[in-house]
Amino acid sequence: MLGKTAGGLFWMFRYLERSENTARILDAGFRIALTRAATSEDEWSSVLTTSGMRETYLLHYDKFDADSVINFMLRDKKNPSSVIVVSEAARNNARLVRTALTREVWEAVNENWINLNDALSRPVRQKELPAVLGLIRQQSALVRGALHGTMLRNDIFDFARLGTFLERADNTARILDVKYHVLLPSVSLVGSSLDNVQWETILRSVSALNSFKSISGGELTPREIADFLILDKRVPRSLGFCVGKIATNLDYLAKDYGLELPCHTRVGTLKGALAEITIDNIIEDGLHEFLGDFITKITELGQQIEVDYRFTN
Amino acid sequence: MSKDQVFFDEMFAKGVDPRNPYQSIHEWVSSEDPKALTKKAEEAEIFFRRTGITFNVYGDDAATERLIPFDIVPRVLAAREFSKLAEGIEQRVQALNAFLHDIYHRQEILKAGVVPTSLVANNIAFEPKMIGFTPPGNIYTHIVGVDIVRTGEDDFFVLEDNARTPSGVSYMLENRETMLQMFPELFSSNRVRAVSDYPERLLKSLRASKPLKCEDKPVVAVLTPGIYNSAYFEHSFIAEQMGAELVEGHDLQIIDGRVAMRTTQGYKAIDVLYRRIDDEYLDPLNFNPDSMLGVPGIFDVYRSGGITIANAPGTGIADDKALYSYMPEIVEFYTGRKAILKNVETYRCSEADSLKYVLENLEDLVVKEVHGSGGYGMLVGPAASKKEISAFRKKLEANPDNYIAQPTLSLSTVPILTKKGLAPRHVDLRPFVLVSPKKIDIVPGGLTRVALKKGSLVVNSSQGGGTKDTWVLRD
Repeated sequence: MLGKTAGGLFWMFRYLERSENTARILDAGFRIALTRAATSEDEWSSVLTTSGMRETYLLHYDKFDADSVINFMLRDKKNPSSVIVVSEAARNNARLVRTALTREVWEAVNENWINLNDALSRPVRQKELPAVLGLIRQQSALVRGALHGTMLRNDIFDFARLGTFLERADNTARILDVKYHVLLPSVSLVGSSLDNVQWETILRSVSALNSFKSISGGELTPREIADFLILDKRVPRSLGFCVGKIATNLDYLAKDYGLELPCHTRVGTLKGALAEITIDNIIEDGLHEFLGDFITKITELGQQIEVDYRFTN
Repeated sequence: MSKDQVFFDEMFAKGVDPRNPYQSIHEWVSSEDPKALTKKAEEAEIFFRRTGITFNVYGDDAATERLIPFDIVPRVLAAREFSKLAEGIEQRVQALNAFLHDIYHRQEILKAGVVPTSLVANNIAFEPKMIGFTPPGNIYTHIVGVDIVRTGEDDFFVLEDNARTPSGVSYMLENRETMLQMFPELFSSNRVRAVSDYPERLLKSLRASKPLKCEDKPVVAVLTPGIYNSAYFEHSFIAEQMGAELVEGHDLQIIDGRVAMRTTQGYKAIDVLYRRIDDEYLDPLNFNPDSMLGVPGIFDVYRSGGITIANAPGTGIADDKALYSYMPEIVEFYTGRKAILKNVETYRCSEADSLKYVLENLEDLVVKEVHGSGGYGMLVGPAASKKEISAFRKKLEANPDNYIAQPTLSLSTVPILTKKGLAPRHVDLRPFVLVSPKKIDIVPGGLTRVALKKGSLVVNSSQGGGTKDTWVLRD
């Protein structure tokens, strides 16, 4: 496979994952804002922080109101992570690697772009938001379905999955990092209902509220939530799950190509560290520090993969 | 030429009863509810958009992608009609390759005075770096598109030869695919020859022209200028269908005298490169130094037998519009037989008598740039305004060598589906020809382009033309 193609697949699936994550984060933020009008500015500001776009936003707007943030995140071309920009980037990458995709996957990505462009051609009003976010999630599920149902399980599939899980791990870590203060034990002692809403938001942002309830018996404690989203390998958006998948796909590549590369060492170290550490260690040493360190390592791993598999010259 | 002349309609000839090859299609269209058919036609458009079968229009916003309109009424050729065409095309393509070899070697055709030396020597499409070099298997034009027009029951003419990088084959394939999906019943009631194996035939043909240094199964790649090129869809489509890599210049490097592509496992040599970029951009070291699209040094690898470039650099001299007028003589010179396919009568504006005639009859003629393509920069006299004609006259007088002129042809028509039912529109035909040392392989089908505007004779997609599925029937 061409290095360029590997890179195109990797980025195509990073962008698709990002678009879906943005929809989730917005959905969670919207719910909080609806239930607590007084502090909704903070909530919208934290939506922007989570996606790393707060500074870009402040170049163009001076307050955090629902309409501005929603449209900035969904359809503003000035926001390089907005759904409309990202879905076009995903499609451009798909065009670039079209020879590596099945017709079904290509059509799903192309339709994703056509339908989102259509849905986002006018400003999105709050009453339309749930339907639009639903569409974004549905479209990305269609791409995923096409990928799983039609693609060969070879290096093409591996690079697609690597993009997905790197983006997802990065995203979950960022969501946790923005909200880490509500997960700290000292704060949780307060045990107010306000915090409960915040925890719910975190779980909603990763589509895991109900799974969490079914596992934990409905008890929302900060320690449990952190454990669930960082170390629990049953949770498809936890850091442990994502790193495990990255390691597996890199392992397939190593076997396929008969070649171990620096990225394999890196992922091995990261996976080993996550296997040994407990949630109590993490909280003791500082959740924020742990997450910051994780984001750095996952970014470096991504860069190493790009170098090892010659995405660019 | 009279403006209200009667054109040959391929479905009805000049009468009311459908011609033989069209009988079943005519029955089908007549028996279907027109509204239902129109709805089907709209579905076809959605299908094309979803599949992403688009082309970019130059001059528009870089991001603009358009669909080429598709008409659901197929264009049908009887077995006999096509086999006669194929015979003529094979002869012509053979002559094109023989001409190219000759012109880059002994130049016997010039010595014999059949083609004027000046036409070759002063031609920008002539590539001096090809002199004395024989490409692998002695094949110059691996892929040719011969544009054919029809004016009557047995009257076929070659309008032009496309010997550089003819495009449109993806539309031939997708048009058929669309028809098969939408109207499967038509294919059980008609004996239509398949075109879907074109990609395998192309791959086989390209591999048969492998270079000297290729010792294993030849590795084929398609070279594209990138996703913003107007024909990018086709480039990716062809690569995908052949199972070949689609590369850009920056994916390639010269390593150990071979052209190699950067893969996830290191550099891998390419044996046959189906390039979809023009000669001048191919190699900044040997041709246009500003090109960012090509591969520095690829031409040297080519000359040392390290790679096959399809089509060969310098083939443009064979489809040059000024040389076109000599094609009947060229065919006879190399094949020893009269040309089976006729040329359209052509006036060379470089010759004083012809120029005089052309200037006096501009409103009846089609005038084309010698090196132009895609329907850009041409004058269609009968359709042009007085102002356009007088502007064109000035351009022509300033640089007559740059133009040829042809009478406006009475192109045949095939009905298209309009809101008011069937209506005749002018068409042409581009069959695709694959050339290898083993054989000349002509795909039983081709791309039918249709002028959608009533009365229009311009079929180019960049000028509002559409396409049709093209059927070649079995005996």
